Amino acid sequence: MSILVYAEHDNNVLKIDTLKTVAAAQKIGGDITILVVGHNCQAVAEKASKVNGIAKVVVADSTAYEHQLAENVSLLVSELAADYSVVMATALTTGKNFMPRVAALLDVAQISDIIAVESADTFVRPIYAGNAIATVQSLDDKKVITVRSTGFNPVACDGSADITNLDNVINAGISSHVSDELTVSERPDLSAASVVISGGRGMQNGDNFKLLDGIADKLGAAIGASRAAVDAGFVPNDMQVGQTGKIVAPDLYIAVGISGAIQHLAGMKDSKVIVAINKDPEAPIFQVADYGIVADLFEALPELENAL
Amino acid sequence: MKVLVPIKRVIDYNVKVRVKPDNSNVDLANVKMAINPFCEIAVEEAVRLKEAGTATEVIVISIGDKSCQEQLRTALALGADRAIQIETDQNLDALNIAKLLQKVVEEEQPQLVILGKQSIDSDNNQTGQMLAALTGLAQGTFASEVKVEESKVNVTREVDGGLQTISLNLPAIITTDLRLNEPRYASLPNIMKAKRKPLEVKSAADFGIDLTARTNLLKVTPPREREAGLIVESIDELVEKLKNEAKVIS
Repeated sequence: MSILVYAEHDNNVLKIDTLKTVAAAQKIGGDITILVVGHNCQAVAEKASKVNGIAKVVVADSTAYEHQLAENVSLLVSELAADYSVVMATALTTGKNFMPRVAALLDVAQISDIIAVESADTFVRPIYAGNAIATVQSLDDKKVITVRSTGFNPVACDGSADITNLDNVINAGISSHVSDELTVSERPDLSAASVVISGGRGMQNGDNFKLLDGIADKLGAAIGASRAAVDAGFVPNDMQVGQTGKIVAPDLYIAVGISGAIQHLAGMKDSKVIVAINKDPEAPIFQVADYGIVADLFEALPELENAL
Repeated sequence: MKVLVPIKRVIDYNVKVRVKPDNSNVDLANVKMAINPFCEIAVEEAVRLKEAGTATEVIVISIGDKSCQEQLRTALALGADRAIQIETDQNLDALNIAKLLQKVVEEEQPQLVILGKQSIDSDNNQTGQMLAALTGLAQGTFASEVKVEESKVNVTREVDGGLQTISLNLPAIITTDLRLNEPRYASLPNIMKAKRKPLEVKSAADFGIDLTARTNLLKVTPPREREAGLIVESIDELVEKLKNEAKVIS
Protein backbone atom coordinates (compact mmCIF):
# COMPACT_ATOMS: atom_id res chain seq x y z
CA MET A 1 0.00 0.00 0.00
CA SER A 2 1.29 3.48 -0.83
CA ILE A 3 -0.12 6.61 0.74
CA LEU A 4 0.11 10.20 -0.46
CA VAL A 5 -0.24 12.80 2.32
CA TYR A 6 -0.90 16.39 1.25
CA ALA A 7 1.04 18.87 3.41
CA GLU A 8 -0.95 21.74 4.92
CA HIS A 9 1.22 24.90 4.89
CA ASP A 10 1.40 28.59 3.94
CA ASN A 11 4.57 28.32 1.81
CA ASN A 12 6.65 29.03 4.93
CA VAL A 13 5.59 26.78 7.77
CA LEU A 14 4.43 23.15 7.75
CA LYS A 15 1.38 22.92 10.00
CA ILE A 16 1.67 20.53 12.91
CA ASP A 17 -1.66 19.06 11.79
CA THR A 18 0.15 17.39 8.89
CA LEU A 19 2.21 15.44 11.43
CA LYS A 20 -1.05 14.15 12.85
CA THR A 21 -2.31 13.23 9.40
CA VAL A 22 0.91 11.25 8.90
CA ALA A 23 0.11 9.46 12.18
CA ALA A 24 -3.29 8.52 10.72
CA ALA A 25 -1.57 7.32 7.54
CA GLN A 26 0.73 5.11 9.62
CA LYS A 27 -2.33 3.50 11.22
CA ILE A 28 -3.48 2.52 7.72
CA GLY A 29 0.06 1.32 7.02
CA GLY A 30 2.25 1.54 3.93
CA ASP A 31 4.89 3.69 2.24
CA ILE A 32 4.08 7.32 2.96
CA THR A 33 4.93 10.18 0.62
CA ILE A 34 4.39 13.77 1.68
CA LEU A 35 3.35 16.09 -1.15
CA VAL A 36 4.17 19.79 -0.80
CA VAL A 37 2.30 21.99 -3.29
CA GLY A 38 2.98 25.73 -3.27
CA HIS A 39 5.37 28.41 -4.40
CA ASN A 40 8.76 29.16 -2.84
CA CYS A 41 7.94 26.46 -0.37
CA GLN A 42 11.34 24.77 -0.02
CA ALA A 43 11.39 25.49 3.74
CA VAL A 44 8.19 23.47 4.06
CA ALA A 45 9.68 20.64 1.99
CA GLU A 46 12.77 20.54 4.20
CA LYS A 47 10.70 20.40 7.35
CA ALA A 48 8.56 17.66 5.77
CA SER A 49 11.67 15.64 4.93
CA LYS A 50 12.39 15.36 8.67
CA VAL A 51 9.02 13.79 9.48
CA ASN A 52 9.53 10.32 10.93
CA GLY A 53 8.41 7.19 9.14
CA ILE A 54 7.93 8.57 5.64
CA ALA A 55 9.46 7.25 2.42
CA LYS A 56 9.93 10.53 0.57
CA VAL A 57 8.82 14.10 -0.04
CA VAL A 58 7.72 15.36 -3.43
CA VAL A 59 7.43 19.07 -4.13
CA ALA A 60 5.43 20.88 -6.81
CA ASP A 61 6.65 24.48 -6.72
CA SER A 62 5.07 26.92 -9.16
CA THR A 63 3.31 30.28 -9.23
CA ALA A 64 0.23 28.30 -10.33
CA TYR A 65 0.21 26.72 -6.86
CA GLU A 66 1.08 29.79 -4.78
CA HIS A 67 -2.40 30.11 -3.28
CA GLN A 68 -3.23 26.41 -3.62
CA LEU A 69 -6.33 27.13 -5.70
CA ALA A 70 -8.57 24.06 -5.71
CA GLU A 71 -8.93 23.96 -9.51
CA ASN A 72 -5.16 23.66 -10.06
CA VAL A 73 -4.22 21.56 -7.04
CA SER A 74 -6.97 18.98 -7.62
CA LEU A 75 -5.80 18.33 -11.18
CA LEU A 76 -2.22 17.82 -9.98
CA VAL A 77 -3.15 15.58 -7.05
CA SER A 78 -5.57 13.44 -9.05
CA GLU A 79 -2.84 12.91 -11.65
CA LEU A 80 -0.28 11.91 -8.99
CA ALA A 81 -2.88 9.68 -7.31
CA ALA A 82 -2.40 7.09 -10.07
CA ASP A 83 0.64 5.79 -8.15
CA TYR A 84 -1.02 5.64 -4.72
CA SER A 85 -3.79 3.62 -3.15
CA VAL A 86 -4.66 6.24 -0.53
CA VAL A 87 -4.68 10.04 -0.78
CA MET A 88 -4.95 11.91 2.52
CA ALA A 89 -5.13 15.53 3.62
CA THR A 90 -5.86 17.33 6.86
CA ALA A 91 -9.45 18.55 7.23
CA LEU A 92 -8.45 22.21 7.43
CA THR A 93 -9.44 24.93 4.97
CA THR A 94 -7.10 23.82 2.16
CA GLY A 95 -7.79 20.10 2.41
CA LYS A 96 -11.54 20.58 2.79
CA ASN A 97 -11.51 22.81 -0.27
CA PHE A 98 -9.72 20.70 -2.88
CA MET A 99 -9.95 17.07 -1.69
CA PRO A 100 -13.58 16.35 -2.69
CA ARG A 101 -12.59 17.66 -6.12
CA VAL A 102 -9.80 15.07 -6.25
CA ALA A 103 -12.24 12.33 -5.19
CA ALA A 104 -14.71 13.26 -7.93
CA LEU A 105 -11.96 13.39 -10.57
CA LEU A 106 -10.89 9.89 -9.46
CA ASP A 107 -14.55 8.76 -9.39
CA VAL A 108 -14.37 7.64 -5.75
CA ALA A 109 -16.17 8.65 -2.56
CA GLN A 110 -14.36 10.76 0.01
CA ILE A 111 -14.30 9.78 3.66
CA SER A 112 -14.28 13.15 5.47
CA ASP A 113 -12.93 14.12 8.86
CA ILE A 114 -11.83 10.74 10.21
CA ILE A 115 -10.93 10.58 13.92
CA ALA A 116 -9.76 6.94 14.00
CA VAL A 117 -8.62 4.16 11.68
CA GLU A 118 -10.24 0.75 12.27
CA SER A 119 -8.59 -0.99 9.33
CA ALA A 120 -7.25 -0.16 5.87
CA ASP A 121 -10.80 0.40 4.57
CA THR A 122 -12.79 1.25 7.69
CA PHE A 123 -12.75 4.58 9.47
CA VAL A 124 -14.48 6.38 12.32
CA ARG A 125 -15.90 9.86 11.84
CA PRO A 126 -18.23 12.19 13.74
CA ILE A 127 -21.63 12.98 12.20
CA TYR A 128 -24.43 15.30 13.37
CA ALA A 129 -21.86 17.74 14.80
CA GLY A 130 -20.28 15.02 16.87
CA ASN A 131 -23.57 13.94 18.43
CA ALA A 132 -23.12 10.54 16.82
CA ILE A 133 -20.04 8.63 15.76
CA ALA A 134 -20.16 6.65 12.52
CA THR A 135 -17.99 3.71 11.49
CA VAL A 136 -17.76 3.78 7.71
CA GLN A 137 -16.29 1.30 5.26
CA SER A 138 -14.98 2.57 1.93
CA LEU A 139 -15.91 0.28 -0.98
CA ASP A 140 -13.66 2.04 -3.51
CA ASP A 141 -10.27 0.62 -4.49
CA LYS A 142 -8.64 4.00 -4.11
CA LYS A 143 -9.32 5.92 -0.91
CA VAL A 144 -9.58 9.68 -0.56
CA ILE A 145 -9.58 10.68 3.09
CA THR A 146 -9.48 13.88 5.12
CA VAL A 147 -8.28 13.68 8.71
CA ARG A 148 -9.51 15.59 11.72
CA SER A 149 -6.15 16.17 13.34
CA THR A 150 -7.46 16.29 16.92
CA GLY A 151 -7.95 12.53 16.67
CA PHE A 152 -4.25 11.73 16.28
CA ASN A 153 -0.95 12.53 18.01
CA PRO A 154 1.77 14.15 15.88
CA VAL A 155 4.67 11.98 14.73
CA ALA A 156 8.21 13.07 15.64
CA CYS A 157 10.48 15.02 13.29
CA ASP A 158 14.00 13.59 13.44
CA GLY A 159 14.13 11.67 10.17
CA SER A 160 15.67 12.56 6.83
CA ALA A 161 13.76 11.57 3.70
CA ASP A 162 14.74 12.46 0.14
CA ILE A 163 13.10 15.41 -1.57
CA THR A 164 12.09 15.12 -5.23
CA ASN A 165 11.01 18.15 -7.22
CA LEU A 166 8.18 17.70 -9.71
CA ASP A 167 7.95 19.82 -12.82
CA ASN A 168 4.22 19.26 -13.49
CA VAL A 169 2.59 22.65 -13.68
CA ILE A 170 -1.14 22.52 -14.14
CA ASN A 171 -3.11 25.74 -14.39
CA ALA A 172 -6.82 25.26 -15.03
CA GLY A 173 -7.04 28.97 -15.82
CA ILE A 174 -10.56 29.41 -14.47
CA SER A 175 -9.81 31.00 -11.10
CA SER A 176 -7.37 33.48 -9.64
CA HIS A 177 -6.37 34.82 -6.27
CA VAL A 178 -7.34 38.42 -5.48
CA SER A 179 -6.39 39.16 -1.89
CA ASP A 180 -5.95 37.80 1.62
CA GLU A 181 -7.10 39.45 4.81
CA LEU A 182 -5.35 37.37 7.42
CA THR A 183 -5.37 37.95 11.14
CA VAL A 184 -1.88 38.63 12.45
CA SER A 185 -1.27 37.28 15.92
CA GLU A 186 1.71 36.60 18.13
CA ARG A 187 -0.20 33.85 19.83
CA PRO A 188 -0.11 30.15 18.92
CA ASP A 189 -2.52 28.78 16.32
CA LEU A 190 -5.91 27.82 17.79
CA SER A 191 -5.74 24.31 16.40
CA ALA A 192 -2.14 23.76 17.60
CA ALA A 193 -2.19 25.42 21.06
CA SER A 194 -1.99 23.28 24.19
CA VAL A 195 -4.07 25.83 26.08
CA VAL A 196 -7.07 27.69 24.67
CA ILE A 197 -9.09 30.39 26.42
CA SER A 198 -12.35 31.35 24.70
CA GLY A 199 -14.87 34.09 25.32
CA GLY A 200 -18.57 34.04 24.59
CA ARG A 201 -21.52 36.37 24.54
CA GLY A 202 -20.90 37.04 28.24
CA MET A 203 -17.84 39.10 27.27
CA GLN A 204 -20.39 41.78 26.18
CA ASN A 205 -18.12 43.48 23.62
CA GLY A 206 -14.88 43.14 21.67
CA ASP A 207 -12.94 45.42 24.01
CA ASN A 208 -13.52 43.09 26.93
CA PHE A 209 -11.68 40.31 25.08
CA LYS A 210 -8.55 42.18 26.26
CA LEU A 211 -9.30 40.70 29.69
CA LEU A 212 -8.25 37.35 28.22
CA ASP A 213 -4.89 38.65 26.94
CA GLY A 214 -3.00 38.63 30.23
CA ILE A 215 -4.14 35.11 31.08
CA ALA A 216 -3.32 33.90 27.56
CA ASP A 217 0.15 35.46 27.86
CA LYS A 218 0.83 33.70 31.13
CA LEU A 219 -0.39 30.32 29.86
CA GLY A 220 0.95 30.59 26.30
CA ALA A 221 -2.65 30.13 25.21
CA ALA A 222 -4.51 30.79 21.98
CA ILE A 223 -7.67 32.89 22.22
CA GLY A 224 -10.92 31.60 20.77
CA ALA A 225 -14.57 32.59 20.79
CA SER A 226 -18.05 31.12 20.58
CA ARG A 227 -20.21 31.63 17.52
CA ALA A 228 -22.39 34.02 19.53
CA ALA A 229 -19.37 36.26 20.15
CA VAL A 230 -18.37 36.15 16.49
CA ASP A 231 -21.89 36.80 15.21
CA ALA A 232 -22.21 39.74 17.60
CA GLY A 233 -19.11 41.19 15.94
CA PHE A 234 -16.91 41.09 19.07
CA VAL A 235 -14.08 39.24 17.29
CA PRO A 236 -13.25 37.99 13.75
CA ASN A 237 -14.64 34.72 12.42
CA ASP A 238 -11.34 32.85 12.36
CA MET A 239 -11.44 32.80 16.18
CA GLN A 240 -14.63 30.73 16.23
CA VAL A 241 -14.46 27.39 17.98
CA GLY A 242 -17.33 25.03 17.20
CA GLN A 243 -19.08 22.80 14.72
CA THR A 244 -18.62 25.24 11.86
CA GLY A 245 -15.48 26.92 13.14
CA LYS A 246 -12.29 25.38 14.43
CA ILE A 247 -12.23 22.01 16.14
CA VAL A 248 -9.76 22.09 19.04
CA ALA A 249 -8.61 19.54 21.61
CA PRO A 250 -6.01 21.24 23.82
CA ASP A 251 -4.77 20.01 27.19
CA LEU A 252 -6.64 22.87 28.86
CA TYR A 253 -9.71 24.69 27.52
CA ILE A 254 -11.06 27.64 29.49
CA ALA A 255 -14.58 28.75 28.49
CA VAL A 256 -15.41 32.24 29.71
CA GLY A 257 -18.96 33.57 29.50
CA ILE A 258 -19.91 30.74 27.12
CA SER A 259 -23.24 29.03 27.80
CA GLY A 260 -22.25 25.83 26.01
CA ALA A 261 -24.52 25.41 22.99
CA ILE A 262 -24.25 22.00 21.26
CA GLN A 263 -22.53 23.69 18.32
CA HIS A 264 -19.79 25.06 20.57
CA LEU A 265 -19.33 21.81 22.48
CA ALA A 266 -18.84 20.02 19.15
CA GLY A 267 -15.69 22.08 18.66
CA MET A 268 -14.02 21.59 22.05
CA LYS A 269 -15.41 18.63 23.98
CA ASP A 270 -12.39 16.45 23.24
CA SER A 271 -10.17 18.81 25.24
CA LYS A 272 -8.34 17.05 28.05
CA VAL A 273 -9.41 19.41 30.83
CA ILE A 274 -12.27 21.92 30.51
CA VAL A 275 -12.74 24.88 32.83
CA ALA A 276 -15.93 26.95 32.74
CA ILE A 277 -16.36 30.42 34.15
CA ASN A 278 -19.97 31.55 33.99
CA LYS A 279 -22.29 33.46 36.27
CA ASP A 280 -25.27 31.27 35.38
CA PRO A 281 -25.09 28.06 37.44
CA GLU A 282 -27.57 26.43 35.00
CA ALA A 283 -25.36 27.01 31.93
CA PRO A 284 -24.94 23.72 30.01
CA ILE A 285 -21.17 24.29 29.82
CA PHE A 286 -20.96 23.09 33.44
CA GLN A 287 -22.24 19.67 32.30
CA VAL A 288 -19.01 19.06 30.39
CA ALA A 289 -16.55 21.05 32.49
CA ASP A 290 -14.04 19.32 34.75
CA TYR A 291 -13.85 22.44 36.89
CA GLY A 292 -16.49 25.11 37.01
CA ILE A 293 -16.70 28.35 38.85
CA VAL A 294 -19.94 30.29 39.14
CA ALA A 295 -18.74 33.88 39.07
CA ASP A 296 -18.95 37.20 37.29
CA LEU A 297 -16.23 37.00 34.66
CA PHE A 298 -15.30 40.66 35.13
CA GLU A 299 -14.23 39.84 38.67
CA ALA A 300 -12.94 36.33 38.02
CA LEU A 301 -10.65 37.12 35.08
CA PRO A 302 -8.42 39.72 36.78
CA GLU A 303 -8.28 37.46 39.82
CA LEU A 304 -7.25 34.49 37.68
CA GLU A 305 -4.59 36.55 35.91
CA ASN A 306 -3.10 37.53 39.27
CA ALA A 307 -3.23 33.99 40.62
CA LEU A 308 -1.26 32.49 37.74
CA MET B 1 -28.66 34.72 -15.42
CA LYS B 2 -30.00 31.51 -14.00
CA VAL B 3 -29.07 30.37 -10.49
CA LEU B 4 -29.45 26.75 -9.39
CA VAL B 5 -29.67 25.99 -5.66
CA PRO B 6 -29.52 22.35 -4.53
CA ILE B 7 -31.02 21.90 -1.04
CA LYS B 8 -31.14 19.03 1.45
CA ARG B 9 -33.82 17.94 3.90
CA VAL B 10 -32.18 17.28 7.28
CA ILE B 11 -33.04 17.03 10.95
CA ASP B 12 -33.94 20.44 12.39
CA TYR B 13 -30.83 21.91 13.99
CA ASN B 14 -32.62 22.42 17.32
CA VAL B 15 -33.50 18.74 17.70
CA LYS B 16 -31.33 16.57 19.92
CA VAL B 17 -29.97 13.66 17.93
CA ARG B 18 -30.47 10.15 19.31
CA VAL B 19 -28.75 6.99 18.16
CA LYS B 20 -30.97 3.95 17.54
CA PRO B 21 -30.61 1.19 20.17
CA ASP B 22 -29.38 -1.26 17.50
CA ASN B 23 -26.62 1.22 16.49
CA SER B 24 -27.69 1.09 12.84
CA ASN B 25 -28.10 4.86 12.50
CA VAL B 26 -29.58 7.86 14.25
CA ASP B 27 -33.30 7.76 14.96
CA LEU B 28 -35.21 10.10 12.64
CA ALA B 29 -38.70 8.70 13.30
CA ASN B 30 -41.17 11.50 14.10
CA VAL B 31 -38.38 14.05 14.26
CA LYS B 32 -38.84 17.60 12.97
CA MET B 33 -37.09 18.07 9.63
CA ALA B 34 -36.04 21.29 7.91
CA ILE B 35 -33.92 22.77 5.12
CA ASN B 36 -30.25 22.32 5.99
CA PRO B 37 -29.24 25.73 7.46
CA PHE B 38 -26.37 26.22 5.00
CA CYS B 39 -28.74 25.43 2.09
CA GLU B 40 -31.17 28.02 3.43
CA ILE B 41 -28.37 30.60 3.27
CA ALA B 42 -27.78 29.50 -0.35
CA VAL B 43 -31.46 30.05 -1.22
CA GLU B 44 -31.37 33.47 0.42
CA GLU B 45 -28.25 34.49 -1.53
CA ALA B 46 -29.83 33.43 -4.83
CA VAL B 47 -33.05 35.31 -4.05
CA ARG B 48 -31.05 38.44 -3.15
CA LEU B 49 -29.22 38.17 -6.49
CA LYS B 50 -32.60 38.11 -8.18
CA GLU B 51 -33.89 41.07 -6.19
CA ALA B 52 -30.74 42.99 -7.15
CA GLY B 53 -31.50 42.29 -10.81
CA THR B 54 -28.40 40.11 -11.26
CA ALA B 55 -30.25 36.80 -11.46
CA THR B 56 -33.29 36.24 -13.65
CA GLU B 57 -34.45 32.88 -12.36
CA VAL B 58 -33.81 30.86 -9.18
CA ILE B 59 -34.30 27.09 -9.44
CA VAL B 60 -34.18 24.91 -6.33
CA ILE B 61 -33.55 21.20 -6.51
CA SER B 62 -33.60 18.42 -3.94
CA ILE B 63 -32.80 14.72 -4.23
CA GLY B 64 -34.76 12.31 -2.08
CA ASP B 65 -38.17 10.78 -1.52
CA LYS B 66 -41.45 12.69 -1.73
CA SER B 67 -40.98 14.23 1.71
CA CYS B 68 -38.29 16.61 0.44
CA GLN B 69 -41.01 18.44 -1.53
CA GLU B 70 -41.82 20.08 1.80
CA GLN B 71 -38.39 21.76 1.84
CA LEU B 72 -38.70 22.66 -1.87
CA ARG B 73 -42.02 24.42 -1.11
CA THR B 74 -40.32 26.29 1.72
CA ALA B 75 -37.59 27.43 -0.68
CA LEU B 76 -40.27 28.53 -3.17
CA ALA B 77 -41.91 30.52 -0.37
CA LEU B 78 -38.56 32.18 0.31
CA GLY B 79 -38.51 33.41 -3.28
CA ALA B 80 -37.28 30.67 -5.62
CA ASP B 81 -39.15 30.52 -8.95
CA ARG B 82 -39.45 26.81 -9.58
CA ALA B 83 -38.40 23.50 -8.09
CA ILE B 84 -37.15 20.11 -9.22
CA GLN B 85 -37.32 16.96 -7.12
CA ILE B 86 -35.19 14.01 -8.16
CA GLU B 87 -37.03 11.06 -6.68
CA THR B 88 -35.06 8.27 -5.00
CA ASP B 89 -35.45 6.11 -1.91
CA GLN B 90 -31.71 5.50 -1.71
CA ASN B 91 -29.51 7.37 0.73
CA LEU B 92 -26.94 8.50 -1.84
CA ASP B 93 -23.24 9.24 -1.32
CA ALA B 94 -22.17 12.82 -2.05
CA LEU B 95 -20.46 11.64 -5.26
CA ASN B 96 -23.70 10.21 -6.64
CA ILE B 97 -25.61 13.35 -5.63
CA ALA B 98 -22.99 15.40 -7.49
CA LYS B 99 -23.36 13.19 -10.58
CA LEU B 100 -27.13 13.75 -10.65
CA LEU B 101 -26.63 17.49 -10.17
CA GLN B 102 -24.09 17.49 -13.00
CA LYS B 103 -26.84 16.26 -15.37
CA VAL B 104 -29.17 19.00 -14.19
CA VAL B 105 -26.45 21.63 -14.67
CA GLU B 106 -25.92 20.37 -18.24
CA GLU B 107 -29.65 20.64 -18.88
CA GLU B 108 -30.38 23.96 -17.20
CA GLN B 109 -27.07 25.72 -17.93
CA PRO B 110 -27.10 27.99 -14.83
CA GLN B 111 -24.42 30.67 -14.51
CA LEU B 112 -24.17 30.05 -10.78
CA VAL B 113 -24.83 27.04 -8.60
CA ILE B 114 -25.01 27.93 -4.91
CA LEU B 115 -24.94 25.13 -2.33
CA GLY B 116 -24.53 24.91 1.44
CA LYS B 117 -20.95 24.08 2.42
CA GLN B 118 -22.06 21.00 4.34
CA SER B 119 -25.18 19.35 5.65
CA ILE B 120 -25.60 19.17 9.41
CA ASP B 121 -26.41 15.45 9.31
CA SER B 122 -23.56 13.77 7.44
CA ASP B 123 -21.14 16.72 7.89
CA ASN B 124 -19.30 15.67 4.71
CA ASN B 125 -18.54 19.02 3.10
CA GLN B 126 -18.13 17.45 -0.36
CA THR B 127 -21.03 17.94 -2.77
CA GLY B 128 -20.23 21.45 -4.06
CA GLN B 129 -16.58 20.67 -4.70
CA MET B 130 -17.45 17.37 -6.38
CA LEU B 131 -20.01 19.06 -8.62
CA ALA B 132 -17.38 21.65 -9.55
CA ALA B 133 -14.92 18.90 -10.49
CA LEU B 134 -17.47 16.97 -12.57
CA THR B 135 -18.61 20.06 -14.47
CA GLY B 136 -15.05 21.41 -14.77
CA LEU B 137 -16.13 24.70 -13.21
CA ALA B 138 -14.35 26.95 -10.73
CA GLN B 139 -15.42 26.86 -7.09
CA GLY B 140 -15.69 29.38 -4.28
CA THR B 141 -16.23 27.41 -1.08
CA PHE B 142 -17.12 28.69 2.42
CA ALA B 143 -18.27 32.02 0.98
CA SER B 144 -18.92 35.00 3.24
CA GLU B 145 -19.35 37.47 0.35
CA VAL B 146 -20.34 37.04 -3.31
CA LYS B 147 -19.99 39.80 -5.91
CA VAL B 148 -21.02 39.07 -9.48
CA GLU B 149 -19.30 41.12 -12.20
CA GLU B 150 -19.66 40.78 -16.00
CA SER B 151 -18.18 37.34 -16.72
CA LYS B 152 -16.67 36.72 -13.30
CA VAL B 153 -17.66 36.37 -9.69
CA ASN B 154 -15.55 37.46 -6.74
CA VAL B 155 -15.94 35.25 -3.70
CA THR B 156 -14.60 36.08 -0.24
CA ARG B 157 -13.96 32.83 1.62
CA GLU B 158 -13.65 32.03 5.31
CA VAL B 159 -10.25 30.36 5.66
CA ASP B 160 -8.26 29.24 8.71
CA GLY B 161 -6.27 32.45 9.09
CA GLY B 162 -9.02 34.92 8.19
CA LEU B 163 -10.50 35.77 4.79
CA GLN B 164 -9.39 35.08 1.23
CA THR B 165 -10.89 36.63 -1.91
CA ILE B 166 -10.71 34.79 -5.22
CA SER B 167 -12.04 35.55 -8.67
CA LEU B 168 -13.85 32.82 -10.64
CA ASN B 169 -14.85 32.58 -14.28
CA LEU B 170 -18.60 32.14 -14.76
CA PRO B 171 -20.32 29.75 -14.69
CA ALA B 172 -19.12 28.85 -11.21
CA ILE B 173 -20.01 26.85 -8.11
CA ILE B 174 -20.31 28.54 -4.71
CA THR B 175 -20.76 26.99 -1.28
CA THR B 176 -22.03 29.11 1.60
CA ASP B 177 -20.63 29.75 5.05
CA LEU B 178 -22.66 31.01 8.00
CA ARG B 179 -21.95 34.69 7.67
CA LEU B 180 -22.88 35.09 3.99
CA ASN B 181 -26.33 36.39 4.91
CA GLU B 182 -29.17 35.99 7.36
CA PRO B 183 -32.08 34.16 5.72
CA ARG B 184 -35.51 35.75 5.81
CA TYR B 185 -38.69 34.17 7.11
CA ALA B 186 -41.33 33.21 4.58
CA SER B 187 -44.42 35.40 4.81
CA LEU B 188 -47.87 33.83 4.80
CA PRO B 189 -48.85 35.25 1.36
CA ASN B 190 -45.57 33.90 -0.05
CA ILE B 191 -46.23 30.48 1.48
CA MET B 192 -49.64 30.48 -0.25
CA LYS B 193 -48.11 31.64 -3.53
CA ALA B 194 -45.44 28.93 -3.32
CA LYS B 195 -48.11 26.25 -3.54
CA ARG B 196 -48.84 27.30 -7.10
CA LYS B 197 -45.23 27.55 -8.27
CA PRO B 198 -44.03 24.74 -10.58
CA LEU B 199 -42.48 21.65 -8.97
CA GLU B 200 -41.25 19.05 -11.44
CA VAL B 201 -40.57 15.48 -10.30
CA LYS B 202 -37.96 13.37 -12.09
CA SER B 203 -36.85 9.86 -11.28
CA ALA B 204 -33.20 9.33 -10.36
CA ALA B 205 -33.28 6.09 -12.33
CA ASP B 206 -34.02 8.04 -15.55
CA PHE B 207 -30.66 9.80 -15.48
CA GLY B 208 -28.80 6.66 -16.52
CA ILE B 209 -26.16 7.00 -13.81
CA ASP B 210 -24.70 4.12 -11.82
CA LEU B 211 -25.80 5.04 -8.31
CA THR B 212 -24.19 2.10 -6.51
CA ALA B 213 -23.17 3.01 -2.95
CA ARG B 214 -19.44 3.65 -2.51
CA THR B 215 -19.50 3.49 1.26
CA ASN B 216 -21.04 1.17 3.80
CA LEU B 217 -22.26 2.53 7.13
CA LEU B 218 -21.27 -0.21 9.59
CA LYS B 219 -22.47 1.31 12.83
CA VAL B 220 -23.44 4.51 14.60
CA THR B 221 -22.78 5.00 18.29
CA PRO B 222 -23.36 7.83 20.75
CA PRO B 223 -20.25 9.89 21.53
CA ARG B 224 -18.36 9.39 24.75
CA GLU B 225 -20.15 11.59 27.24
CA ARG B 226 -18.17 13.90 29.45
CA GLU B 227 -19.29 13.99 33.02
CA ALA B 228 -19.88 17.17 34.91
CA GLY B 229 -16.94 17.82 37.21
CA LEU B 230 -16.39 19.87 40.27
CA ILE B 231 -17.74 23.33 41.05
CA VAL B 232 -14.96 25.19 42.84
CA GLU B 233 -15.59 28.06 45.22
CA SER B 234 -12.74 30.39 44.38
CA ILE B 235 -10.15 31.24 41.76
CA ASP B 236 -7.42 30.17 44.17
CA GLU B 237 -9.00 26.74 44.50
CA LEU B 238 -9.30 26.52 40.70
CA VAL B 239 -5.63 27.33 40.17
CA GLU B 240 -4.63 24.87 42.88
CA LYS B 241 -6.69 22.09 41.20
CA LEU B 242 -5.27 22.86 37.76
CA LYS B 243 -1.73 22.71 39.14
CA ASN B 244 -1.91 19.74 41.48
CA GLU B 245 -4.88 17.61 40.42
CA ALA B 246 -5.23 18.08 36.64
CA LYS B 247 -1.55 19.02 36.27
CA VAL B 248 -2.22 21.08 33.16
CA ILE B 249 -0.48 24.24 34.38
CA SER B 250 2.72 24.66 36.35
